[in-house]
This record gives sequence, C-alpha cells and structure tokens, in this order.
Amino acid sequence: MTAIVPDSQQRAYVAAKAADARVNLEFESEGMTLNIGPQHPATHGTLRIVAKLDGEQVTSCEPVPGYMHRGYEKLSEVRTYPQVTTLVNRLDWVGSFANEVPFILAAEKLMDVEAPPRAQHIRTILFEMSRLANIVLFLGDLGAQMGGVTAVFYGFRDREFVLNQIEAVTGGRFHPNFDRIGGLKDDLPKGWIAETKVAMKKVADFCDEIEDLLIANEIFQLRSRGVGVIPADIGLSYGLSGANLRASGVDWDTRRDNCAPGLVYDKVDWKVITHPDGDCFARCWVRLQEVRESVRICEQLLDTVPAGPIMAKVPRIIKVPEGESYVETENPLGVMGYYVVSKGDLNPFRLKIRTPSFNNISVVPWVARGVYVPDVITILASLYFILGDIDK
Amino acid sequence: MSTVATLLGELTPAYWQSTLVRVLIIGILVPTGALILAIVFLFKVMAWMQSRLGPYEAGPKGLLQLVAEVGKWLQKEDLIPQGADKIVFKAAPFIILASTFVLYAAIPAGPDPAIAANVPTGIYFILAVSSVSVIGVLMAGWASSNKYALIGGIRAAGQLIAYELPMVLAAVGVVVLAGSLNLQDIVHAQAGFFAFGDWGPALPFIVVQLPLFIVFMSAVQAELTQAPFDMPIAESEIVSGYQVEYSGFRFLVFFLAEFATAFGFAAIVSTLFLGGWYLPIPGLADDLQSGWWYLLGPIILFTKVMIVSFIIFWVRFTYPRFREDQLQKLAWKWLIPISLVWITVTSVAVVVWQ
Repeated sequence: MTAIVPDSQQRAYVAAKAADARVNLEFESEGMTLNIGPQHPATHGTLRIVAKLDGEQVTSCEPVPGYMHRGYEKLSEVRTYPQVTTLVNRLDWVGSFANEVPFILAAEKLMDVEAPPRAQHIRTILFEMSRLANIVLFLGDLGAQMGGVTAVFYGFRDREFVLNQIEAVTGGRFHPNFDRIGGLKDDLPKGWIAETKVAMKKVADFCDEIEDLLIANEIFQLRSRGVGVIPADIGLSYGLSGANLRASGVDWDTRRDNCAPGLVYDKVDWKVITHPDGDCFARCWVRLQEVRESVRICEQLLDTVPAGPIMAKVPRIIKVPEGESYVETENPLGVMGYYVVSKGDLNPFRLKIRTPSFNNISVVPWVARGVYVPDVITILASLYFILGDIDK
Repeated sequence: MSTVATLLGELTPAYWQSTLVRVLIIGILVPTGALILAIVFLFKVMAWMQSRLGPYEAGPKGLLQLVAEVGKWLQKEDLIPQGADKIVFKAAPFIILASTFVLYAAIPAGPDPAIAANVPTGIYFILAVSSVSVIGVLMAGWASSNKYALIGGIRAAGQLIAYELPMVLAAVGVVVLAGSLNLQDIVHAQAGFFAFGDWGPALPFIVVQLPLFIVFMSAVQAELTQAPFDMPIAESEIVSGYQVEYSGFRFLVFFLAEFATAFGFAAIVSTLFLGGWYLPIPGLADDLQSGWWYLLGPIILFTKVMIVSFIIFWVRFTYPRFREDQLQKLAWKWLIPISLVWITVTSVAVVVWQ
C-alpha cells in the first residue's frame, strides 16, 4: 500500500530517484552471477559457491553445500558400532584415522572402557600422523590455489612418507578403519618406529621447503596478507575451530584445554600456535607451524611407546549401554565431535556429527564481501575445507 | 678444414640458394627448435623442478612424453559449446598460432640470407605482430559463451595491453643504443659495441641495459600469460580462462602456441639484449660476413634462446600468481617508470660518449 504524500514531495522523490538511476546507469555495471562450482578446481570436491559479481568484485557470495550428501548420520543408525568407523572414515578423507577417534572415544565413554596405555599412545601417534598427511597436502594445495603449481607436487610427494607409515600399520592409506572400542586392531609392525622417525624428518624438511617456496614468497604475502580478515569475535560466533580460529588470536586447542580421555597429549611437551592477524596468511602460517608441532609430538611419543596389550577386555558382541555422550577432539580441520545416543542396542539410536568444515565455510558469506574473485579462492583455500567433511 | 672455411667464406648465395636457406630455417629449424623446447624445457625442466614422473618414465629416457601428450589430446572429442559463435570459436586458436609463427620470420639467425624477412623496422614489426594474439584471445573468450572464458578474455586483454607498453619502452633503450630499428643492425651494433673502450671483447647490450632487460623479461612473462602473470588462464580461479571450452586438437593448438610464443620471445630477448647470433669468437669476431656464421649463428642463437627460455620457465615454476590489480600496479608504477628513467640515462650517455 502506497503512503499518501503531498504532491510536491512525491515529485521531488521521483526526481531524485530518476537522478539516481541516471547516475547508476553511468557508473554501475550490471551484475553477473558466477557459479563457482559444483565442478571447479578450487572447491576440491563438489561445493558450489554462488558469487554475485560487479566486474571483478564480489558483492555477495554464498556456499551451497549438499552435492555430496551421503547420509552417514542416518546410515549409522543401521550399522553396529564397529561398522560405523568404516563410514566416518569417509568424512575428512585425507586425514581419515582422525575421524574414527572421537567416535570410538564417545562409545568407550558410554561403555566405561578404557584402552590400555600402549593403545592410547599409538592412537595418538596415528591421530597426529593423519593430521600431518592432511595439512601437508593443504600446504601443497595452497600453492595450486595461488598459482604456484610446483608446491602441489611437493605436497603430494611428501605426504606419501606419512601415508606409507599409516599404511604399514593399518593396511589402508586413506581409510584405515583401525580404531576399535577398547583399543586398536593390531600392534605396530617390526621396525615401524625407526622408519616413522625418518618420515618425520622428511616432513620437517618439507615444512622448510614449503616455507621457502611459498609462505615466505613476496607475491604470496601480497596476495594473502590483509585479505579475508576474520576477527576473533566473528570467528567465535560463526563456530570456527582449529587453525582458523587460532589464526584469529584465540588461544584455544581441544588437545590442550579439553583433551578427551584416551589420548595422551598431556604427556608430551608442545605448544599451541596462534597468530593475531586473522587473515589468510595467518591461517596458512598457523597450519605450517602446527605441522612442525605435530612432528615434535610424534617424535616424543615414538620414543615413549609403553609395552603392554593393545586391546582392553571388551565383549565379542558390542552392546553399548543406554545413555548419551559427546566427545570432541582437535581434528586436522578443526573440532570434530560425535554425539552418540544409545538405547542399549547393537547400533546407535542416533548419531550427530559435528564436522569442522561445515562451520568453517559458514563464515564465507561474511568474509568474502567486496573482495576480488582471486581473493575468494585465497579465502577458500586458507579456510581449508574437505568436501566430505561438509556434506557428511 | 681450411677448404671448408674458404668455401663458406667465399659463399655468395644466389637467389634460389638464399630462398633454400630461408625455407630450411623457417621450415625445419624453427619447428625442430620449438619441439626441442617443448621436450627439453616443458617436460624435463618441469619434471626436474616439480618432481613430476612422466618425463623420466615415458619411453627411453622419458623422451616420449610429448608423443604421449599429443596422442592424448588428439583422441579427445572436439567439443563446441551450443551457444558458441562457431566460426570465431574455431578460428581463435589459429590466429594466436599464426601471430606466433610470423614472429620467427624477422629474427636473424645469421648474416643476411639467414633471415626470412629482413624487415627494415624489425622491432616495430615484431612488437606489432605479437600483439595480434590479443585479438585471438579476445575472440576465444567471447566466442566460448562461458562466463569464465569471458572473464579470462577480458583479463587477458587488459593485461596484454598494459604490458605491451613496458615491452616497447624496454626495446627503445636498445634502439637508441644501436641507432636502428632493424634487428640485423642491432646484432651488428652489438658486435661492435665496446662498453669499456678498447679493452675487452664486444659485449652484448645487457651489460648496460640490465634494468631494461629485467623490465622486458617481466613484460615477456606477462605477454606469455605465465606465472606470476597467469591471471587470464588462472586454472584454480577461472578454470583456464579463455581456454576453458577448448578440447582436443584446438586445445593442442593453444598449447603449442603458448610454447612457440615463449620460444619466439626468447629469441627476441636474445637478439635485443644478448647479441643474437653473434658471439665474440677469436678469429671470427671482426669478420661478420664470414661463411662460418651461417653455421655457427643458428647454433649460438639457439643456445641463447634455450637459456632465456629456461629463465622464463624457472620463474614460471617458482612464483605464485599476482592479483589483477597488483599486476596492473606493477606495470604502471614500476616497470614503466623504470624504463623511462633508463631510456633517459641511455640517451644522455649516447649523446655524451658517441
């Protein structure tokens, strides 16, 4: 319903509108909607980003997930507890052992079982190694996103050192399915600890190389410093976690502050890396330093693996008593949590997975306004998501 | 030995002989050179720098990698998008390739008959022809009827035009020093260029034109749309830009044009700054019309081209990509002022000392 206004006022309003329209006609171009994805190299998966452009500038930008939804939460309701690890392996597929751990810990919490010390140690080592495999690939992929293709080859090459060691223990490069309620499937193979120490050295060398090639590069810094700044309060309110939040200066790491029983981070000497800037460079830098810290954690744990069994006494057929539990751990991409509801059956009554990438990309519309198209790619690359982790 | 030298030295080519030499150079040397460039630099250097496996494994000493790649492209389906402007879409890659191959015509590979077309204003011709490829790029970007291709084409146009200017300005310094626009004369000028008076051999222009050499190399890198200036074909942002809809043979043409242009620009850089086909060889240094130069000239030029191409690809594999605005800033705020200052310095020096 139009408001009744005096005639002269209306004429003035119409004249002003017309003048505006003339100015707009002269200075503004018609916008363009650009679908970045679902098939696009920068989304490494099938994420779709609807970007509204004005020239090269992005006026609004919205991620549309769901192209790879596989319904793992619902599927888990018809799987027994040991079978669920097979599904959750496929969430963050480049560091997949880490996906199993919080689920197993949640089930162990419900059953009131604790893994023996040796199993806890090896579990922590493998957990950190999947972080290494994940973030080494991130550092390489960062190069590809920013136009330096060389880094991605180095990333893929040096990640193999870690994956080979994971494969030597678990038998699977990507989907180990190795964690069990009450311990681990197998013990370490002979000579594994010495070999892994060599691999850790190689990963440390990779860090130096990528720092030389990419992170310290002038053009990289020009592209990433001051771009995509996420202040700490915005990061917290959007539920960011992991390196994305620590790069905004929030000193919070679940491994240190809220470590789930069953992982032995309290027995090693390491520190949480933060950066005050909150821009793309900070996120990349924090991840690079975290790889170095992870190498330190692994090296210390490898020296102190205790002897003993790798499996606690658990029944052959696992029935989890009635109850609810929530366990979260600091996964490579951020905080991953499993909320398990059990009715005392063979399979969970309800499983809710809190995946880090889903929350991490939720900040994209906020942070990618008014930037240029290349900056959207930089922001996406530095936020670092894995599509399986978004779509579940 | 001396007979051969005498024979070559007394060579006074007839018309058919010089035509034969031209055909040989354009028809055999250039394509072979481009092929060797592709094999040696694209694949071997790439494999060495980026730890790729193919060029070490495919065939004997990995030499069949190129054959494998060409075979792969040829068997792909030749797709033309539904909304595309078909004629323009089909013509675009060939325009780029043609503009590249005309470049080779004016580059001297030895004394006079060893040049396909001794254009009196060689530099002008080369720089004009090289910018024809912009039209091909714009055509490809527009005709693909694809948003990514359009963005890529427009980025390419902006970038190629912006970097045309520092390139021309960088060539001006050389022209001032040589006193000629003719490429053959520029080589001759470098053969008689004694930067330190009578002391030492004749030196190429790079010793006094290093800033302009760097400006020219940056502009070449941008003209080739290679990293760090590969905004128009940024594969992680706009999915190879204007090339996104091309497949099969047409993409192969783009690909060949890219590397043939790298080869062509490397030849221009060698001619302008590194002395072209000339090298101060004892005994031959003063006799520029000696028949030996027909033999040695192409080899010397080719070696220099390989060195320059190596630098081009080295930079390409090392640096990440600029953003569009940063790229324009670099051209307008740094490269153009530097070249203007150095042109002034060169001109003053030429007036004072010559």
